[in-house]
Amino acid sequence: MEYEAVIGMEVHVEINTKSKVFCACNNDFHAPPNTHVCPVCLGMPGVLPVLNIGMVEASVAVGLALNCKISRWSKMDRKNYFYPDLAKNYQISQYDLPLCHDGEMEIDIEGGTKRIGITRAHMEEDTARNTHTIGTRESGVDFNRCGVPLLEIVTEPDIRSADEAFAYLTALKQILQYLDVSDCNMEEGSLRAEANISIRPKGTVEFGTKTEVKNVASFSGVHKAIDFEIRRQRAALDKGDAIVQETRGWDADKGITFVQRSKESAHDYRYFPDPDLVPVVVDEAWEQRIRESLPELPRARNHRFQAEYALSPYDAGVVTSTRAMADYYEATVKAGAPAKLAANWIMGDLQGMLVERKLDIAQCPVTAASLGEMIRLIEDGTINGKIAKDLLPEMIDSGKSADLLVKEKGLVQISDRGELEAIVRGVLDANPGPVEDFKAGKDRAKGFLVGQIMKATKGKGNPKLVNEILERLLAS
Amino acid sequence: MGQELFRLKAHEIRGAIRRGETTATEVTQSVLGRIGAVEGKVQAYTEIWGDYAQQRAADIDRRIKAGEDPGPLAGVPIGLKDNYCTTEGTTGCCSKILKGFRSPYNGTVVEKLLDAGAVFLGKLNMDEFAMGSSTENSSVQKTRNPWNLRCVPGGSSGGAAAGIAAHEAAVTMGSDTGGSIRQPAALCGCLGLKPTYGRVSRYGLVAFASSLDQIGPFTKDAEDMALIMGVIAGRDPRDSTSADIPVPDYSKALRDDIKGLRIGLPKECFTDALGAEMREKILAAVEVLKAQGAQVVEVSLPHTEYAIAVYYIICTAEASANLARFDGVRYGYRHPDAKSVEDMYRLSKSHGYGPEVQRRIMLGTYVLSSGYYDAYYLKAQKVRALIKKDFEDAFQSCDIIATPTTPTPAFEFGAKTDDPLEMYLSDIYTSSINLAGIPGMSIPCGLTASKLPAGLQLLGKPFDEETLIRVAYAYEKHSGWERADAPIT
Repeated sequence: MEYEAVIGMEVHVEINTKSKVFCACNNDFHAPPNTHVCPVCLGMPGVLPVLNIGMVEASVAVGLALNCKISRWSKMDRKNYFYPDLAKNYQISQYDLPLCHDGEMEIDIEGGTKRIGITRAHMEEDTARNTHTIGTRESGVDFNRCGVPLLEIVTEPDIRSADEAFAYLTALKQILQYLDVSDCNMEEGSLRAEANISIRPKGTVEFGTKTEVKNVASFSGVHKAIDFEIRRQRAALDKGDAIVQETRGWDADKGITFVQRSKESAHDYRYFPDPDLVPVVVDEAWEQRIRESLPELPRARNHRFQAEYALSPYDAGVVTSTRAMADYYEATVKAGAPAKLAANWIMGDLQGMLVERKLDIAQCPVTAASLGEMIRLIEDGTINGKIAKDLLPEMIDSGKSADLLVKEKGLVQISDRGELEAIVRGVLDANPGPVEDFKAGKDRAKGFLVGQIMKATKGKGNPKLVNEILERLLAS
Repeated sequence: MGQELFRLKAHEIRGAIRRGETTATEVTQSVLGRIGAVEGKVQAYTEIWGDYAQQRAADIDRRIKAGEDPGPLAGVPIGLKDNYCTTEGTTGCCSKILKGFRSPYNGTVVEKLLDAGAVFLGKLNMDEFAMGSSTENSSVQKTRNPWNLRCVPGGSSGGAAAGIAAHEAAVTMGSDTGGSIRQPAALCGCLGLKPTYGRVSRYGLVAFASSLDQIGPFTKDAEDMALIMGVIAGRDPRDSTSADIPVPDYSKALRDDIKGLRIGLPKECFTDALGAEMREKILAAVEVLKAQGAQVVEVSLPHTEYAIAVYYIICTAEASANLARFDGVRYGYRHPDAKSVEDMYRLSKSHGYGPEVQRRIMLGTYVLSSGYYDAYYLKAQKVRALIKKDFEDAFQSCDIIATPTTPTPAFEFGAKTDDPLEMYLSDIYTSSINLAGIPGMSIPCGLTASKLPAGLQLLGKPFDEETLIRVAYAYEKHSGWERADAPIT
């Protein structure tokens, strides 16, 4: 039988506010264990939480970017369960009235675009981190992470394949990074993705029994886990077995999912409104202020770049992949570089050199203005492309401008017709053999001659002029 | 000054110290001497901070000598209920599960009292986690009523009420979730105020039921009530539920003028459930107020009969979550035999909590459970809104409401311990006030034939503690009751 997969995603993202969500502790859990803690996030007796307004603002910004409705009035709830990583043995979260709801996102899929419904995005607090030492039978709890602000983003079951899930996650991460609300580092757990997966006979509308796959450390892992899970469920149904509703983990080494918790042992979280916190009220004016502060989002920017700079969809996609790169690109163009050339340089040489040096474009020592100037120098014939390729790494490593380096090293291109003609004549005179070969119809000999000429000009010959003069002299 | 400085009220101590007639050290030593004399009978304190108190008093005396302003409560000896987080001593909530717990911080009210120059004497006995009406649920000791040592002091702030009634402090501090200040104040013959929810910060009060808990003082008279409220009231950025409403000058409420004041008497509070003797005491007290020009109007609080049920659903639900943190992981009691995490939770909680606390955690867990939430918790919240509205409606036709604080005076030890429901009914007149969030004060209004105090409960509009203080002040001036003292030496 032909099946169709039905997938919904739940993403937890740690929001990069300065302090934790309910106390004044530094929101940075990379510090030595239990150094960013206070009575509030340790759940000491008598303490009370106070909601970080920065978390509300960041969450509303995400909600708006995902085209959500923002609740004028929402509340915080207690989710009750016992675990040593949970200081109060309840997690402050949002249950029936999330801050953001009913949104949607567009993703690119093969042959077009697709709309993914966003059910909700709600605020909560992260838990501490348990560490288990093998052999000693001892466990440690690091409460630095306890109380780190967390936004949970839940989609409708609109996703139909591992590819779509991957595209969704990529697009979501891009939006979150554009908003600068999280570093979205999956390995460090600042972005965590879970997939709810079921399959049903193609053409039917009823949902099958779903499984939830958790604890996957990368987007490609999510992709593989979903693929595996679809195959596993299909095989089970084909055999006549029933799918069991359960939570499954992902074993990246073996490439399989495995049972973590069955539904029978699922918790009754006994949600109820947290009486220590007041309702979260976001009035229209506040929402409007946040809306106005939103940056241009990746999809809009991509489309604008295609229209405004005549970039191909591929180029626009690469250049807008991060906000920093898109900003850098636009600044380069504003500095006078032709749009297509700027894209080529940034996507090609510059990106390659940054990767080699393990630098992010935001840390690029060459400013966009400086790169723009370099491209202008090529355009106006001051230097040629080959020189520029050698110049760029020097600009990166020395921090000097193209103009300065060109002057210092005397790299100005030789565009003087008379000077070049003298050099070309010299080369021809010195290489009668190849000249004869060329005249006998061996085109390859021309390449050799160009090489000799560039050598004689130390690479500074204007390639267009060199070619023109060479052809004229060879034809005479 | 005379020999018995411990009998002084806070404002008298403050005045005498400022005038140079006595010192904080003399007052503190007098009160510590009194504690030494009567504590064996009363057992109000679970911890007495003798050395700390004397050092603190000496420090205040030094500051006074140096010409510094030592604060409005300079040298006033104060006892704190064991659920106030203090860096001094331990904060155990009279529970085995928190026995010996040392708080890493002072609560907001504790800080405010310290800044005002108060001298803390120690921690006062209470029902475990403030759950109870007789202080018999303390895991530490039984506190006796100074008026009759065979009787309970009420609860849950029984140590605070008995301590001040026995002059073991000038002021004591308690907490009130369903009557835990007003009921013991009534049973011990002192004043006890539960301020409006949000008037006083809860930061640093170990939570029982967060939407009902409120900190409040026990005092010997209305003037002291004004003095303490002036220090502890106000918005606290650490407590989101504290109200951003200006704090009035409560001393302005200390005027003998209640002419034209409308006192509402709810008919639901004067049914047969109220004993004849208590009814007589309450109505006599109302007569005293009438003689000063107050008017009496009958009001109705139609949903009163549901208050106890609603209260025990909401407070247990909140408690079941609030007490979850006592798990033996980071602090507090951990059972030594635990072999796994689940074991640690189960054993530590089973052995760490007393039966009443366990009962309430079970009840609260039940009413929040999937499938029961709507029938219990949600419905209770709806009725709570109706109870709140009852008071809003009643206050359309009156300025304050007067009721008995308790249906009976103090009862003997063990009288109600076998029947939790009977014990819960001790709070029949007080718990609806926490549900409504309004302020309530119990003031002493005479003795029964068996020489036990009766309490008149005064209820005010939200954030109108001033009128309660004004009525209490007028009543004191004209009742003659204020001179009566518990017969303990």
